[in-house]
Amino acid sequence: MINLISIELYKIFSKGRTYIGLGAVFVIVSAILLGIKMEGKTTLDFVIQSLKDTFSFEGNLVNGYFVTYLVLNTLWLHVPILVSLVAGDLLAGEANSGTFRLILTRPISRTKWLIAKFIAGWTYLFVLILLLAVLSLGLGLLVFGPGDLIVFRGNITIFGADDLIWRFLLAFGFGVLAMTTVASLAFLLSAFTDNSIGPIIGAVAIIIGISTISTVGQSILRPINYYLFTTYLPSWTLFFELDVNWNKVIHAILVEVGYITMFLGITFFYFRKKDILS
Amino acid sequence: MATENYICFDHVSKVYGSIKAVDDLSFSVRKGDIYGFLGPNGAGKSTSIRMIMSLITPTAGSIKLFDKDLAYHRYQTLSRIGALIEKPDFYKYLSARKNLQILGRLSNVQNLNYRVDEVLDLVGLTERAKSKVKTFSQGMRQRLGIAQCLLHNPDLIILDEPQNGLDPQGQIEVREMIKKINVEHGITVLISSHILNEIEQIANRMVIINRGKCIVEGSVDELLNSGDLNVSFFIDNISTALTVVQNSFWVELLHSTGNNFLVFNLKNIQIAELNKFFVEHGININAIRQLRSLEDYFIKLTSND
Repeated sequence: MINLISIELYKIFSKGRTYIGLGAVFVIVSAILLGIKMEGKTTLDFVIQSLKDTFSFEGNLVNGYFVTYLVLNTLWLHVPILVSLVAGDLLAGEANSGTFRLILTRPISRTKWLIAKFIAGWTYLFVLILLLAVLSLGLGLLVFGPGDLIVFRGNITIFGADDLIWRFLLAFGFGVLAMTTVASLAFLLSAFTDNSIGPIIGAVAIIIGISTISTVGQSILRPINYYLFTTYLPSWTLFFELDVNWNKVIHAILVEVGYITMFLGITFFYFRKKDILS
Repeated sequence: MATENYICFDHVSKVYGSIKAVDDLSFSVRKGDIYGFLGPNGAGKSTSIRMIMSLITPTAGSIKLFDKDLAYHRYQTLSRIGALIEKPDFYKYLSARKNLQILGRLSNVQNLNYRVDEVLDLVGLTERAKSKVKTFSQGMRQRLGIAQCLLHNPDLIILDEPQNGLDPQGQIEVREMIKKINVEHGITVLISSHILNEIEQIANRMVIINRGKCIVEGSVDELLNSGDLNVSFFIDNISTALTVVQNSFWVELLHSTGNNFLVFNLKNIQIAELNKFFVEHGININAIRQLRSLEDYFIKLTSND
């Protein structure tokens, strides 16, 4: 199995498109850092100006944690696309390039090969999010230094600098889980087609489509939303409540794990029997 | 001692909806054969080969490889087979060597780097080993395809239309390579083609299929040289020749006539006799062309495509 995983990792990291995602994370984080460096103080002042009559703000509010929080908010829009770009290509890319015929005629188990493929794809998304975390936290702290974090979510919550690292770690950890759901969806779609574009666009379209429908019809769809994986993709924000609601966190984790199991289950069931015609 | 069957297709069918791609097909490839798998485009050759390589599951029938049921001994049997199915596709963004290394690792090849060098040398790609496959010509990819077939020292290789897209020189090279692999390395070969001439030059046994069904199977010599030949005699003075023939027993063997030729159904030994007959009657023969009954049949098959 380690042999198969290392081969799949080698293939992923030999492809140019793999570095589009990593490069994009670097560019976006750098752009946000630069933007905040130039305009951050002004922006924050604008946001909290109505509160200045009631509260007095002291210390370094435009700090590394604030930057990381902003990056998290911004990048969860882009990361699903970057993850789909690789996960959607895992099987469809082999079909498209005709290499199924090379690989699946070797004495290897299709199930083991699928597992190796998914683990390799998952490793990529882990590296992507790790890079995101390291860049935003590392560069943010390096450029802006530490400080308290102000979070505006309906109300205002202030976290002390010493109360933040574990929250960010869990937020990024949950991000890995959420993106695993996205990856398993793209992987599933990838098993059904011979063209990489379909699963990439399909996965992103499904996520945006379901999110939009459930937001627009929130009152009607509330019972369904409770079980939709898209509802919980931004659940990393749960870790930025003063008292973390662990029941909500566990529910979010269970829903995501349930969908991952379902998507992968269908993929494995279908692909093990699939006639390779490409 | 019974001949060992390397491939035994036993009443195999593959159905897609209402289409029977392969229909109750049976044939067997013996150890040491260069076995021709012949049929017009769309006859079911690639589907059959994909079933042998377990890329496609048969709808009915059984496939035995090395006398073992493929359905229950997939890994054991596939480790003894190398295959080049349709186009030779590779990871184009990787070098020839890296492609072979990956495939070798999947087949648990021992002394991999040495073996990769060996097969690259065998197919004449040593100098391009480090080049990315996307820079390769069709002929080079075809040779690399054969190299990956041989990588794990298989007992049987399956080549699906290996001459496709090659220029005449490339076709000769591939043909010679296949003969060499069979004779010098003792590897059994199944080669598919839609061109009879290609199979005739290389195979010792063959099967012809059409619309997924077996038309005929047997030794190439027997199939191609048995029965009557359709022989065309090209003649300037066709009316005189026709009169001469009509006044002789040869008229019974006359098959058809053309503007400048007469076609006879003849045994091989009768060709020289008829030629002598024409010369004795002062009729000049410009050319004699043989069309064997099987070839004639196969051309009819392919022309209906």
